[in-house]
Amino acid sequence: MVEMVNRPYAKAFEAHAAGNPDILCLSADLTSSCEVDGFRDRYPDQFLSLGMAEQNMMSFAGGLALGGFRPFLHTFGVFMYRRPYDQLVASVAYPRRRVRLMAFLPGVTTPGGMTHQAIEDIAVMRSIPNMTILETGDATEVESICEAADGIDGPVWCRVLRGSVPRLFASPIRVGEMRVLSEGSDILVVTAGITTEEALRARAALDRAGVSIRHLHLHTIKPFDAKQFLDHAGSARHGVITLENHVTEGGIGSLVAETMADAGLGRRLIRLGLRDTYAHGGSRPYLMRYYGLDALALVRGIERLMGQAFGIDESHLDAARIEDVHSLVKAEAL
Amino acid sequence: MLTNARTTEEVALGIRRRVFEHTIRNNGGYLSQACSAAEQLAWLYNEELKLGAPTLPMIPLPFAGVPSAMNPGYHTGAGYNGPAAPEFDRLFIAPAHYALVAYAALVEVGRMAPEGLEMFNRDGSSVEMIGAEHSPGMEVHNGTLGIGLSTGAGLAWGRRRRGEAGRTWVFMSDGEVQEGQTWEAVQAAVHHGIDSLFAIMDVNGQQCDGAMASVMEVGDIAAKFRCFGAACVEIDGHDLNAMRDAAREPHAGRPLIILARTSPWQAMPSLRERFPRLHYVRFTSEGERARMNASIAAELGTAMITCAE
Repeated sequence: MVEMVNRPYAKAFEAHAAGNPDILCLSADLTSSCEVDGFRDRYPDQFLSLGMAEQNMMSFAGGLALGGFRPFLHTFGVFMYRRPYDQLVASVAYPRRRVRLMAFLPGVTTPGGMTHQAIEDIAVMRSIPNMTILETGDATEVESICEAADGIDGPVWCRVLRGSVPRLFASPIRVGEMRVLSEGSDILVVTAGITTEEALRARAALDRAGVSIRHLHLHTIKPFDAKQFLDHAGSARHGVITLENHVTEGGIGSLVAETMADAGLGRRLIRLGLRDTYAHGGSRPYLMRYYGLDALALVRGIERLMGQAFGIDESHLDAARIEDVHSLVKAEAL
Repeated sequence: MLTNARTTEEVALGIRRRVFEHTIRNNGGYLSQACSAAEQLAWLYNEELKLGAPTLPMIPLPFAGVPSAMNPGYHTGAGYNGPAAPEFDRLFIAPAHYALVAYAALVEVGRMAPEGLEMFNRDGSSVEMIGAEHSPGMEVHNGTLGIGLSTGAGLAWGRRRRGEAGRTWVFMSDGEVQEGQTWEAVQAAVHHGIDSLFAIMDVNGQQCDGAMASVMEVGDIAAKFRCFGAACVEIDGHDLNAMRDAAREPHAGRPLIILARTSPWQAMPSLRERFPRLHYVRFTSEGERARMNASIAAELGTAMITCAE
């Protein structure tokens, strides 16, 4: 049974920031929702409430960073780039300010629907010069995201998980690397964020079916180690499949496709994710099933790549984690 | 500190003459902005701002690349305002299309060589038409209107936290009050009591499409700023004594915003016939150019400009 960790970000941010006067905690009225309410109460001198005014928060943070501070911005990911995009580019990304954009509720991890689901943020951030992109897939990565992000000389976009988060990994994020979770030779599976747990759920059933899986988990999306990736892709004889909590345009599926095309590496590729569609409001397991982002969708994709069916259905997959929408470890039902 | 060998009136006249010369020579320029803002920029640079000596060459270096991990030698144009030392003031030019006027001010106060103005908007030059952060006197990008005051507020908060005595000044334009971010910035500066933040706004009533009253009426800006909790003083933006007094307005715990009400054809009344097409003056014919050359030269008490062609 996988270990579940409650509110790993809350502890990790406090451990990283407390007592360091150059680190500031900024929030746009989602302080408890982003798990920094305890920090606000215990370290008020390092906390700046900027209200529901993200455009100002972004440029204000640019001014703070110009003055040598390292602001950590806290809000839902979708509010961190859609409205204040101009400010994000002009005040933060262009001048390479050391601003840490802690983007909560990535993709379909919220029942809040279109207005709350950041589904194209990676595509946007990948195309911004000077931006680094990190994504957390488990509690250990959430616990290490602050230190990893804060070591970067420039702006960082971080997809952060909150609430009750499974622990999948033992070692922290090392920026620029990728995790090799298995080293099979039939299919290369590439996942990031919450889709890694889905791929792990399918592993045992695929093993039993005799499929040899090579699995990469990306916590660093930009920069991307193309050479290492190509070595893995080249050793997967039936092709590559990506599964992402994001639209299939511009995210890790596109990253993989561009990398293979640039290198002239011919491998079949299936990109799973939100296929040119918005999502709607619902629980995470429901949305991942409905939009084909879960373990079963991955199995079906692998069957398509291999040209054969393995007779795997939901009963063969490791039990899906059941999350209570009104969990005590979240500030509100979002 | 540089000593101001010339009066601020002389500097303001010099700014207008340089922008006029540039506009006639290049058959276009942000001329009305020199009319409205000359006193404000002359006053800031010649007497109000506490700035150190320039740290960058008098003749600007060519464009040397944008900020990037691969461009370690990158620097902004802030060095024309002197070093970013704790005791010195900082200035952001929020409406970056006023760059020509700001560059002319740098020349007039001896912070940039006149040759710098000749590089304006030339390919490969750092003296860009819309002031970039690598352009002389600039420290941040403000070409997208409305972001300057927020950046100033953030910097000012940080400088206060570090106990720095220097103030953070933002030169603004009235069109920026149409942007919601301006109000977010005032709200935040008031909430956080950032009284080391100063703004002077060129209220010339003009924007790209024409008179602001015809494009988007903004009402009583001073009342709005005061409602948001800022200290706000309205002055005649061509009256230097009023400007001096306004900067001394007590504003403990609040940012100070000076609204400088100005004329977009101040000192060049001939420009009035261009109204409402004042945002960027480009002459429609050689005849108009020659006529404006003669009449404005006379108004500024200077010789007509000899054009190259």
